[in-house]
Order: sequence, then structure tokens, then C-alpha cells
Amino acid sequence: MTNTLHRFGAPETFQDDYIVFAMAARGINDQDAPPKLQEFLRLALKHHPINVGNALKGGIYRASQNLTPLAHWHRRDAVDPEEVVKSIDACTTAAAVFGRPADLEAFLVDLRKADLGISINISSLTEEARVCCKRARITRHSVGYSLGFHGDLNLLPDRHVLELSTMCGHGMVSHNFAKKMIDLVKEGRRQPKQAATCLARFCTCGVFNPVRAERMLEEARVGK
Amino acid sequence: MQVDQRKCVACSNCVPICPMGAIYIDPAMNRATVNEDECVECFACYRGMSKEHLNPTLVRTIRGFLKLLRIRFDPEPDVCPTDALTEQQLTWPRIVRRAFSDPLVPHESTGVHGRGTEEVKTNDVTGRVNEGEAGFTIEFGRPGVGVRFRDIQKMTMALAPLPITFEKKNPVFTLMSDPATGAIREAILNEKVLSAILELKTTLEHTAQVLRVVEEVAPTLDTIVSIGVATRCDAQGDNLLEPLLKHEGYAVYRGKTNLGLGRRPASATA
Repeated sequence: MTNTLHRFGAPETFQDDYIVFAMAARGINDQDAPPKLQEFLRLALKHHPINVGNALKGGIYRASQNLTPLAHWHRRDAVDPEEVVKSIDACTTAAAVFGRPADLEAFLVDLRKADLGISINISSLTEEARVCCKRARITRHSVGYSLGFHGDLNLLPDRHVLELSTMCGHGMVSHNFAKKMIDLVKEGRRQPKQAATCLARFCTCGVFNPVRAERMLEEARVGK
Repeated sequence: MQVDQRKCVACSNCVPICPMGAIYIDPAMNRATVNEDECVECFACYRGMSKEHLNPTLVRTIRGFLKLLRIRFDPEPDVCPTDALTEQQLTWPRIVRRAFSDPLVPHESTGVHGRGTEEVKTNDVTGRVNEGEAGFTIEFGRPGVGVRFRDIQKMTMALAPLPITFEKKNPVFTLMSDPATGAIREAILNEKVLSAILELKTTLEHTAQVLRVVEEVAPTLDTIVSIGVATRCDAQGDNLLEPLLKHEGYAVYRGKTNLGLGRRPASATA
């Protein structure tokens, strides 16, 4: 989806970032899409996804509407992925994030065999996607390239902030909040994993990659 | 978006959450306040923050006591303790802000949520972009900068005379008053949104020309422009766009790959 197209970072920072998403074309093949999208996610769950999401209802990391004060000491990190699968009751975009090419490749093989008939896209390094497709005996149909950000780049924050905030292309992870999380980690007030989980809750599509975020936060902590 | 002043305890957790930096603690009232001119109605604060439903008076008393002792409470940073954020009834033209900024609101013009467009994601079914063509997604305001429609109009008017076709199933297109000139409806020109995507198509031959115009206009706008270009691959899965973009000096290493597993149902094909 376009909200994963312009993730910021050097090529080597995307080695653990592969997003696969499924959607139907409005008015063409969306009639019976929900069960196909559910099947897409169920297949994904067999291959160790880092995150999964339903763009209309959220991913496994999500905000809670009824926290108790005890949440400040003990808080549930993620919901059961099966809850995300069951939440698909309308035409939406379903997404799964993987950290290893081997998992992506195995998932692609399953998708080819399942023949769901809806559009499937990979958002990643394009060369990695090409190789995985070839191994899964899939011929690429179309490719969309990110040409990055243009204009007055003085409007942008530093690279650590951008690497985190652009993992939600809808802009729900603000630059200021990413900066706050970096500062909390640097000050020793949060562990990178806690900060990454906190950021992930703002991504309504479930495409935020908390593993990559944790790595970014660890690097930011020591000033890399 | 608004903050219920009776509930707010000025914990400031919502301040950094706002992608536009539109929330601040008003020193006169000691309450969170929203700068409505900058707020894009994205609902990141309202929906993204977890909520407690604590008694505001109790929380203010505890916070005041701790402040007196110069003790800093270290709460979860994404929680509104008193559920103080409230949505407001939006009317035209302000309602445009939410349509473009809140990813959970489907665009009326396309029925698609997010930024309201399928672009190359369903190209295997729609055939929107073919071999020998380049499909552009020119996005304004991303990442996290925001944009007013008057800036988008500068770009649409610069692009309109080129050998391009604006995509009609696109929310920005539906707000144009004159697609031939790229003019956008006067009433929304001052409206600010988190981001908006303009889609257009041209031939590979004219791709470099379009890119040059986008690059020329982008620095004159009070926002950031994110460019995406897509094409259809040949039977071997290769394409001519990638070498062209590299020749133009772009670093093309990340993107999205449509696997071609979608298909039109027999009834739609007939």
C-alpha cells in the first residue's frame, strides 16, 4: 500500500522489513473479499509475522479504550492475531509484516497455491522482492518505485526520527512522538522494545515493524 | 478535534502525539488546547491514545501534590488519563480535512479508505497502468508535514499542460474545478490535510519531463512532495522504468511489487 512505499532509510536498514498486503479492486472483485482476506492472514500466521493488520480495525498492537491505572506497571503488548483475522468483516486491506526473506518466500509459495484471486503486493527492497518471487515461481506483474522526498527538506526531522515515523505512512506516528520515544530510551526511562511497542499502537493498518523500530531505537540510544 | 477543558488535567501526553504539532498546553488555562487552523482532523490523538477514565479532580490533586514535591510521575506516554479528547461535528469545507487525513475514513469519491486510491496495488485486476506507461503517485504533505490545497494546486496547474492524464478515480481529481488547467475548488484551497495523493499517467517517453516539472515546483511549496512511479512488467517480470529512473539519477531500491495474483471474476470480464 502507498502507506508503506516511502519508508525512510538506507537499503541495509530494510533487511528485516517485508510487508505483504492483500486487497480487492473496488467494484470488480470485492464481492466476496472478506473470507479471502481472512485466509490471507491465516496463511501469513504460519510464517512468523512480526505484525498483522486489518486496515479498518487495526493490527495486533492497538490502543485500548478502557485502561486501568495498573496499566502503568503492567500492560498487554498485543492482541491475539486471531482477533485481527476475525475482525475482517468488510472489504479492507489485510497486511502482514515479516522480518526474514525465508518466511516471505514460504508465504509466497502458500499464496500462489491458495490462488485467492485478489491482489497481493510486497512492499520491500524491490530486488529482494524480485528474488523471492522468482524462488516462489511468481512473475511480477507491476512494480512501483519510491523516489523519496522532494522539496524543502528543512521541513523534515533527523534520520532517526524519520526512520521511525515513516513506518506509518499514514502519518499516525508523529515526528514529535518518535523523538519523545528516542529521548525516553536515551534517558533509560524506557527499553527499546517498550518504546517500539508504544509507537506501533498508533499504526491503524498493522504495518508498523516493531522489530525494525527496536533496532532503530537501540542505534539511536548509543548515537549511531 | 477538541479537548474537553473540564476533563483535561494538562498531563501533556497528547502534545507530542499530534502529527501537526497543533496541541499545546495553554499557560493561561493550564489545559491542553488545539490550534484548529493547524489541526487536520486525522484522529491520531483521539484513536491512537489509550484511555483511562479517571476522575479529573483526583488526578489534578495528585499531580499538583507531586509537582509541589518536585517529583516527576513517569506514566505511560500514550495514555489520556481522563478521556478528554472529543471529536467535533465537521462541516464543509473543513470535513475535507478528515477525509484526507484520517486513514479509517473512506473517500466518498472512490470508496477507498486511507488516501482513497488503489493505484498500482490492484493493477493486475484494473489494468490501470500498462507496459510502456508510467503511473505517478505524487503525494503532498508526507511524511508528517501536512499540506494546504493551494500548494497542491500549484503542482496540478504546472502538470496539467504536460502530456499526461490525471487519474479520475482519485480524491484530489474529484476536487478539481477544471482538470484541464489543474484548478482546484476555491472553497478548499486553505484547508490543510495530513497528505493527499495526485495520480497521473504518462508514457515512459515523457516520464523524465514529468519528473523535471515535479522537481522544479516542489521547492516552491510549503510542504514535502513524495514521488512514486509504477509500471507494468513484461512477461518475464522485467520493466523499462527502472533503468530509466536510474538514468535520471534516482536511487531506486525500495518499492512495492504487485504479484499478479488478482483476477477479474468471469462476470466482470464478460
